Amino acid sequence: MDQQLQVDRIHCDGHGLCAELLPEVITLDDWGFPVLKAGAIPVRLVEHAQQAVDACPVLALRLAKARS
Amino acid sequence: MSTTILWYATRGAGVVSLVLLTAVVVLGLTSAVRWQTTSWPRFLTVGLHRNLALTTLVFLAIHIVTAVVDPFTALGWNAALIPFSSSYRTLWLGLGVVALYLFVAILVTSALRPLFGYRAWRVVHWLTYAMWPIAVIHGFGTGTDRGFAWMLGIDVLCIGSVTAALAWRWNRVSPTSWRQVASNG
Amino acid sequence: MARLLGDPAGSLPMPTAGGLIDRIEAANLVGRGGAGFPVARKWRAVAERAKGRGVVLANGAEGEPLSVKDRILMANRPHLVIDGALLAADAVGAPDIIFYVGAAHRAAEAAMTQALRERSHQLKGRARLVSAPHCYVAGEESAAVHFINAGDARPTTTPPRPFERGVDGRPTLVQNVESLAIAALIARGMEETAGLVTVSGAVGHAGVQEIERDAILADVAAAAGGLARPVTAVLLGGYFGGWAAIDEVWGLPLEPQSLRARGLTFGCGVVHFLAENACGVDATARIVTYLASQSARQCGPCVFGLGAIAESARRLAARATHPGDLERLTRWTGQLSGRGACKHPDGAAGLLRSALTVFADEFRAHQRRQCLHIPTRTMVEAVA
Repeated sequence: MDQQLQVDRIHCDGHGLCAELLPEVITLDDWGFPVLKAGAIPVRLVEHAQQAVDACPVLALRLAKARS
Repeated sequence: MSTTILWYATRGAGVVSLVLLTAVVVLGLTSAVRWQTTSWPRFLTVGLHRNLALTTLVFLAIHIVTAVVDPFTALGWNAALIPFSSSYRTLWLGLGVVALYLFVAILVTSALRPLFGYRAWRVVHWLTYAMWPIAVIHGFGTGTDRGFAWMLGIDVLCIGSVTAALAWRWNRVSPTSWRQVASNG
Repeated sequence: MARLLGDPAGSLPMPTAGGLIDRIEAANLVGRGGAGFPVARKWRAVAERAKGRGVVLANGAEGEPLSVKDRILMANRPHLVIDGALLAADAVGAPDIIFYVGAAHRAAEAAMTQALRERSHQLKGRARLVSAPHCYVAGEESAAVHFINAGDARPTTTPPRPFERGVDGRPTLVQNVESLAIAALIARGMEETAGLVTVSGAVGHAGVQEIERDAILADVAAAAGGLARPVTAVLLGGYFGGWAAIDEVWGLPLEPQSLRARGLTFGCGVVHFLAENACGVDATARIVTYLASQSARQCGPCVFGLGAIAESARRLAARATHPGDLERLTRWTGQLSGRGACKHPDGAAGLLRSALTVFADEFRAHQRRQCLHIPTRTMVEAVA
């Protein structure tokens, strides 16, 4: 089933580890905050997405079922 | 097992634990100031911080188990698990046990962070500022090798690096000062 | 012809609650608070979850600076608003009703308080009035719920949305007061609902107008006393809406569907005419500066992105640009949508995109430190 990353925008402090670990899906804007690519995460990257979720210092990243 | 080997293992593992713990604390502070270079990304700091903490646990276990199991020390499990219950150097050993408990609390809340939630994890993590000094004082008070120059040298390096990292952390403007929490109440 | 304002001609027929949600759906009523969400769909979503424990939050915060229609409606027809809230409460299964009225809207608050007192026997303590803080985001639905729950009128992370978990954790219907009033008219069999717009700018007399269902923009201008001077652009929907070139929309029906088909929005019914000798860049810079100042300051992209955009926009307006200001502003605008916990950055992005389209030539001129107009004051009076 398709997975998607969701950011809790209020708790996100712009640490940027997520973009380091999943550059294919997450880039940082001029102030270090994540910009997520739209769409489901390619299956081969889901494991890396989970690592990005675990690495977030403030638990602002979540992997969830993609909404249509 | 030869009591001498156990004795050396206890002391060696203790020193290694201290050095590793110092590295863990320094890495934690480095992560807080968000330091990075092109060849040293943030996730490396955080990853090392976590992995070295687990490594510390291993050496801490060796340190404690060899100390208890060694017939020469006459320490029972009570001494290792109940603070200030040993008759041998009650205070200094007891501090070691306190440091152990703090360490375990920090490790457990960190490993199960999604379960505990960010707030709880953060509050418990602040106990690091108590745990590390207590571990150092435990070493000063009851470390067998505390008189030796090399041990003193290690102590100085450890205390020096944590102090420097602390100063670095304190001199930084908080990266989240932009929040200026002012509720529209 | 149903009337929201004006003298109630005799007594209105009694409302019938039966099948009200179906009738609202048949009337294609969309929310009048700004988001334009279908009202029937929202009521159904709450009804499904409420299980008799729901809450109705009648939203009269009206934080949009250019809009005054909600406070006028509450001041003049408080009972109609209360009718709508009661009907909604019965339709979705909500024992409690909260009237969330902007603290600055004194006449509205007084009228609503008085009307609630007059109907206390009917309401039996089900309803109370709460003063909404005087700021832009206080009317956002999660912010309203957050304020009721915790005294903090800042938006919260969604999901869960208020219809799932709102006041006291209960399914909550957050509905604009005008939407509720129109629902009350529909319940009386008056399907020909009108709507309220706030007209401002280069018109004869600014203020609230009640428009027919098929009104076009030209009708609105006429009702407001005609254009006071030639106009080039109009702001539709408020600060969360967008600019449109006047000749493209002069004959356009001012109703949500045809506007949306043109990429525009009815929003909260703001219609602001910009005179041709006023500078669109200057007007946009003031709006964006206001929106940036009204950020709840919870999310980095809103604080930094909107802040930087406002700064560049001010430099552009003042024609004191740095190289690349317009390019950066355009790039940052593209990075606003969906990057906050609420839709504040999205609303700003929509406004900016429309400004960059409608005033494209002006923006380019300003980047070159020139202005295509005789420099003059902006017509956007209401900006804080």
